[in-house]
Amino acid sequence: MFKLLKYSLYDILKSRFAILYTIFMVLVAVSIYQVSEDLSKVSLSLLNIMLMIVPLIAAVFATTHFFNNLEFTELMLAQPVKRRNVFLSQILAVIIMLSAAIVIGFGIPMLIWGADESILILLAIGIALSIVFAGLAFLASVMTRDKAKAIGISLSFWIYFSLIYDGFVLYLIYSLSDFPLEKTTLGLVFLNPVDLGRIIMLMKLDISTLMGYTGAFFQNFFGSAQGILLSSFILLIWMSWPVATAMRIFKRKDF
Amino acid sequence: MKALIILFFLLNTTAWAETIRLKPGDSIKDAVERAAIGDIITLSAGEYLEHDIIIRKPLTLIGEGMPVINGRDQGDVFIVAGENIHFNGLRIINTGRSNIDDSAAIKFYDSKNCSVENIELENTFFGLHFSNSSNLTIKNNKLFSEAEREYQTGNGIHLWKCKDSLIEGNDVKGHRDGIYLEFVTNTISQNNIIHENKRYGLHFMFSHNNSYIKNTFRKNGAGVAVMYTRNVIMKDNIFEENEGASSYGILLKDISDSEVTGNIFRKNTIGIYMEGSSRTIFKNNSFTNNGWALKLMASCDNNTFEANNFSANTFDISTNGSVVLNTLKDNYWDKYEGYDLNKDKVGDIPYRPISLFSVIVEKIPSAVILWRSFLVTLLDRMEKIIPAITPENMIDNSPKMKPYDLS
Repeated sequence: MFKLLKYSLYDILKSRFAILYTIFMVLVAVSIYQVSEDLSKVSLSLLNIMLMIVPLIAAVFATTHFFNNLEFTELMLAQPVKRRNVFLSQILAVIIMLSAAIVIGFGIPMLIWGADESILILLAIGIALSIVFAGLAFLASVMTRDKAKAIGISLSFWIYFSLIYDGFVLYLIYSLSDFPLEKTTLGLVFLNPVDLGRIIMLMKLDISTLMGYTGAFFQNFFGSAQGILLSSFILLIWMSWPVATAMRIFKRKDF
Repeated sequence: MKALIILFFLLNTTAWAETIRLKPGDSIKDAVERAAIGDIITLSAGEYLEHDIIIRKPLTLIGEGMPVINGRDQGDVFIVAGENIHFNGLRIINTGRSNIDDSAAIKFYDSKNCSVENIELENTFFGLHFSNSSNLTIKNNKLFSEAEREYQTGNGIHLWKCKDSLIEGNDVKGHRDGIYLEFVTNTISQNNIIHENKRYGLHFMFSHNNSYIKNTFRKNGAGVAVMYTRNVIMKDNIFEENEGASSYGILLKDISDSEVTGNIFRKNTIGIYMEGSSRTIFKNNSFTNNGWALKLMASCDNNTFEANNFSANTFDISTNGSVVLNTLKDNYWDKYEGYDLNKDKVGDIPYRPISLFSVIVEKIPSAVILWRSFLVTLLDRMEKIIPAITPENMIDNSPKMKPYDLS
């Protein structure tokens, strides 16, 4: 397992993409720190990166990595190793690389210019979203044989969670505005990891607005220990179920 | 010769004003009874257990080393009706708690030329309660109440039907309303710190021609609410950290012909909420980190917002209709994305402070959950390019490129 993981990691590091992604992160972080005058603005600008770019790159990179390494995977499957280990080594390598890029990319500027609690939470959310979307991408990859199709599916996951889903929620809230919808929207938020990450951040950044009636409702929920536990738990479920499902399909898959 | 005569009279008057010294255990009531007009009663340090002390003649009560007058949870401590009555350096605690007779530490009726200075109040129902009085000086007092609920306490400084007064340098905490004025005219409130009161920091109605200068209103239950008044001057005040579902930096209802200048609004859920107000000028205010900097209802007209700084607010302005009868000009908006080709420090394209999403949130509060999502950013962008839903006239034609230096 560790040997497999080691080789997969070597493989990823050898491809230039990992380095490019890390450099891109460093550049983004440095420019945001340079432009913004205070830390709350930094976390605001980083929020957009974390919610949009990170999932996109995670999804695309994980899919391409799966197909680029398909031959290696097939070779490994011919060896007396467990399928589970082969699969886990692949996805763990991707996750480690994506997280490392975020930690190094944002970590260096943070060490230089300082950070606060909300930026650290933001980093954690970035890593969580990387894991979720890497998992979804692997799920898309094992479901199909075609690389292009798999990338298409991964991208549609991304578009769905970052755009279409919110449109659907907005439409629902708009058309049912006569009803008390606080609990419903809270439930709907749990069905989308990107929204979940965004709202955890909102609670940190826009406290003043959110203290309005509806806001206070969400604040009470996400601010309480119970709410934090529940939302972390749901985020954990989001991180694990695509991986688990993908692994189950992978185990039975005929290559 | 003339001067000598005047001096003679002056000496004479001081000679008439006798000083009565009291020590703990003595009765203040008896001393007041005994005292002649214009006498000075000094209380030395210690505790006096008395309440309902009635004063009807010109007297001065001075405490030495903060004597404590304990009302033992019964009625008012002092009841005053007269002229030239002064309090200085006392500590009054434990009044009764009654909404029927509004128990207070010091209660003035029909008085004139009175002053209350350097008084400390603790655990009082109402603090200082004035009705139908004039020429009052209320200065450097500390009023602390520790009620947990709004109904368990009265107002800190309460003036009803008073005029020509000065409220300065007081520190009011934990009461229902910090300062409450009703039918009060020509009064100045300045340098007061009003914080953590259960309802409003400042609350006035039908109180014309008053000014509020350099006060700080912080963390009050519902901020500051002022109603049905004209000719108000609010200058250099700080309104901060009034957070909550119905909490405002200032709520202005039917306020007209007033001036709001040089104030700082910081970290409020709503900086200013305006309804039915007209002909008021807002100038050189700074709005930072508020949820909504301004909620300008369509019932307001002829107000001018000029040379204010808007920065780091979640929403700059929201409104409830499409009619806009107010003017916005020369403000600085940190969300402005225009350019300045001719370098006159004024943006070349107008700024529309109302975003589509703030209109949506105004109609459906639940939608706030979608704030900062990609979809909402996209919608706001589209609306900025082709305005369809946001009011056409809510527009600043001369947005500044740089913030004003307001500190």
